[in-house]
Amino acid sequence: MPSLGADMEAGTLVEWLKRPGDTVRRGDIVAVVETEKGAIEVEIFEDGEVLELLVAEGVKVPVGTPLARIAGGVETPSPDAVPVPTPLPEIGLAPASTAAPPPARPAEVPTPAGTRVSPAARRFAAERGIDLAAIHGSGPGGAVIRADVERTSGQGPEKRHAGIDLSQMRRAIAAAMARSKREIPHYYLSHSFDAVAAKEAVERFNADQPPENRLLLGALLVKATALALRDFPEFNGFFAPDGFLPSKAIHVGVAIAIRGGGLAAPAIHDTDGLPLAELMSRMRDLVARVRRGGFRSSEIADPTVTISSLGDRGVEALLPVIYPPQVAIFGFGSLHDRPWIVDGKIAPRQIMTVTLAGDHRVSDGHRGALLLRRIDQLLQDPQKL
Amino acid sequence: MSYREAVRAAIREAMQRDPRVFLMGEDVGHYGGCYAVSKGLLEEFGPERIRDTPLSESAFTGAGIGAAMGGMRPIVEVMTCNFSLLSLDQIMNNAATIRHMSGGQFNVPLVIRMATGGGRQLAAQHSHSLEGWYAHIPGIRVLAPATIQDARSMLAPALKDPDPVLIFENALLYNATGEVDETVSVDIDSAAVRREGTDVSLITYGGSLWKAMQAAEELASESIAAEVLDLRVLRPLDERAILTSVSKTRRAVIVDEGWRSGSLAAEVITRIVEGAFWDLDGPPARVCSAEVPIPYARHLEEAALPSTDQIVAAVRHLLGK
Repeated sequence: MPSLGADMEAGTLVEWLKRPGDTVRRGDIVAVVETEKGAIEVEIFEDGEVLELLVAEGVKVPVGTPLARIAGGVETPSPDAVPVPTPLPEIGLAPASTAAPPPARPAEVPTPAGTRVSPAARRFAAERGIDLAAIHGSGPGGAVIRADVERTSGQGPEKRHAGIDLSQMRRAIAAAMARSKREIPHYYLSHSFDAVAAKEAVERFNADQPPENRLLLGALLVKATALALRDFPEFNGFFAPDGFLPSKAIHVGVAIAIRGGGLAAPAIHDTDGLPLAELMSRMRDLVARVRRGGFRSSEIADPTVTISSLGDRGVEALLPVIYPPQVAIFGFGSLHDRPWIVDGKIAPRQIMTVTLAGDHRVSDGHRGALLLRRIDQLLQDPQKL
Repeated sequence: MSYREAVRAAIREAMQRDPRVFLMGEDVGHYGGCYAVSKGLLEEFGPERIRDTPLSESAFTGAGIGAAMGGMRPIVEVMTCNFSLLSLDQIMNNAATIRHMSGGQFNVPLVIRMATGGGRQLAAQHSHSLEGWYAHIPGIRVLAPATIQDARSMLAPALKDPDPVLIFENALLYNATGEVDETVSVDIDSAAVRREGTDVSLITYGGSLWKAMQAAEELASESIAAEVLDLRVLRPLDERAILTSVSKTRRAVIVDEGWRSGSLAAEVITRIVEGAFWDLDGPPARVCSAEVPIPYARHLEEAALPSTDQIVAAVRHLLGK
C-alpha cells in the first residue's frame, strides 16, 4: 500500500486492474485505492509478471503492506516472508502528526462522544469500513441514520464505486490545513507586477492554434515559478521531523477546485523542464482527471511545492496556506486593470498580484522577496519560458 | 357485505359443511346474538345447533371443551372478552393444556369467538382489549381478523385446527363493509402487509388496522411512506413478517389497543429488538391505550384509545420531523 500523502496511514484496495499471470510494465495502473482524498490509481514501478494478489478488494490495510507479488522485478520475497495483511478497522480522526500506526481494534466503529448513531447506520458503516466521525446526522436529535451513511459514502446498499468522496476529502483538507496552521510559522509576501507581456505572449501563441491546443496564462505562471525555484532550493522540498529536505526535482502541485466543494493539488512532474505546450496539455489532463476522481498515486504524493491560481474570475490576491510537509505555496490573483507608471507616465495596464506563503523554519522573507521578483522578471520575457 | 354478515356467512357455511359444528353462547339464538352476528341462524339450523346458554361463561366454555374432546366442532361465542375472564380458567387450565396433560391422547378442536375493544361508550367493564393476555398462553392460537375478507375466511381454517383457536372480533368493525371473495381461503399463520412503504412500519391488528391505514394516508401527504403490517395472528406471531418489514423500513411503530405495560406491543418490540436491532434507524415506538379503565365519557374514551393523530405524531417523532 503506497503512501499517497504525508498524513495517509491506511488505504482501501477498491479494485484490482491486473490479475495473476498478467504482465505489467513500469507505469502501468494496477489497482485503485480509496483514500480520504478519493480514489487513486496505483502505478507499478517494476516490469514483470503478477504472481499473486495479497490483498482482496474491499480490504483496508496500513501503508507499507505488500499488495501483490511480482516476478521478474526486484528480488521476490518468498511467500513465507510476506506477512499476511490484516484488515484495518477505521479509527477516528487520524492525528495529523502521524506518530504511531493505528492500533488494532475490534470491528466496532467508534464515534465522537455525544453523537448518536443508529444500529442500522453502525452496521452499514462497519461492513464497509466507513468512518462515522465525518458523517452529519439527519435523524432525530442529529442522530446518524443509515441514509446519512449511504449518502455520505456515495454508496448505496449495493456496490461501492470509485470516485471522489467530497466529505472525506473535506476531512482530509481540514486535517492538513489545521496541521499547517498549527505547526508552520507562515510568513507572507506580496508583489504586484505588469502582466501585459505574458498576456500578449499567450494571445500571440493562440492566434493560429485550434482551441484544444491553446495556452492559458496559468501555464506561464506555473512555468515561471518552477524556473525561478531552481535558484531558491529552500522553497522546494519537504519539512521532515529531522529538518528540511530540499528536492532536486521541481514537481509543482497545481491546486484544482472540484465542483461541489473540494480541492486537490496533484503534481506536474519536473515542471521546470516542460515546454509550455506540453505543460499546458498536462494541466488540462490533470484537471479533467481530478474532477472525475482519477488521480495517480505519484501525482498525489509527489508535489514539492504548490501553486494556487485564482484564474479569470477571482479577486486581486490570495494568502494561501502551506500544504504540509511542503514549505511554500504561491498564490496568483486575477488580472486587474490598474493605472500603472510606465516610463514615467501613468498608463492603464493589466496587473497581477503574486503572493508567497513561506515556512519560516526553512526560509526568510528576504529570499522570498527575491524569488517573487525573479518570477516577475521571467514573466516580462515570456519567449524564454 | 358487512363484517357482521361476513362472520355470519362463515358460521353458516361451516354448519352446512360439517354436522359436528354448532354455535353456543349467550343470546346467540332467539335474540340473534348481542351483535346480531347469528341473526337468523336459529331459524335455519334449529335449537340443537344454535344453543342459547345461561349467563355462565365458565360453564358453557367448559361444555364446549368437553364437546370438542368428544368429537364435536363447537363454536363458543363469548359476548365480549371482558366476560371471558370468567371462562379463563377453562380456556387456560383445560383447553390449552389437555393435549399436553393427556400425553397427546386428547385434543380440543374448539373455536371461541369474542368481541373486543372500546369506542362505543360502554364503559370500563365492556370496553377492554384482552387479546394480548390470551396471546401469552401456549397451547392456543389467537386470531384477530381486521378485514371483511378475514372475518369471512378465517373461521374455516380455525375449525380445521385440532387445537383451540380464539377469534377476537373488534366490535367497532361489525358495521364496516367491503368486498368479499367467497372462494378465497386464507391461512391462520401469517401476517399481511396491507400497505407497502419504505420509511416506517406500522404494525397493528384488529380495529387499530384502520387507524393505521388512515395514518399512513396522512403521512403519505408528508412524503412519508408508511408500511402497514396487519398481524392477523397474535399467537403464534409471524415474526418473520415483522422482521422483514422492519428490516426494510428500519423504523417501527406498534399500534395496539391493549394497555401499554406488558402488552402485545411490548412483545412485538422485543422481537424486533432481538431480531432486527442492527437494522434499526431509531428506537421502536408504540401507540397503546392509556393505562386507565376505559372511560365512559366520549371525550375521555377517545383520549384513552389509540388514535390516528397519535400514530401520525409517533411516526413524525421517530423521523425527527
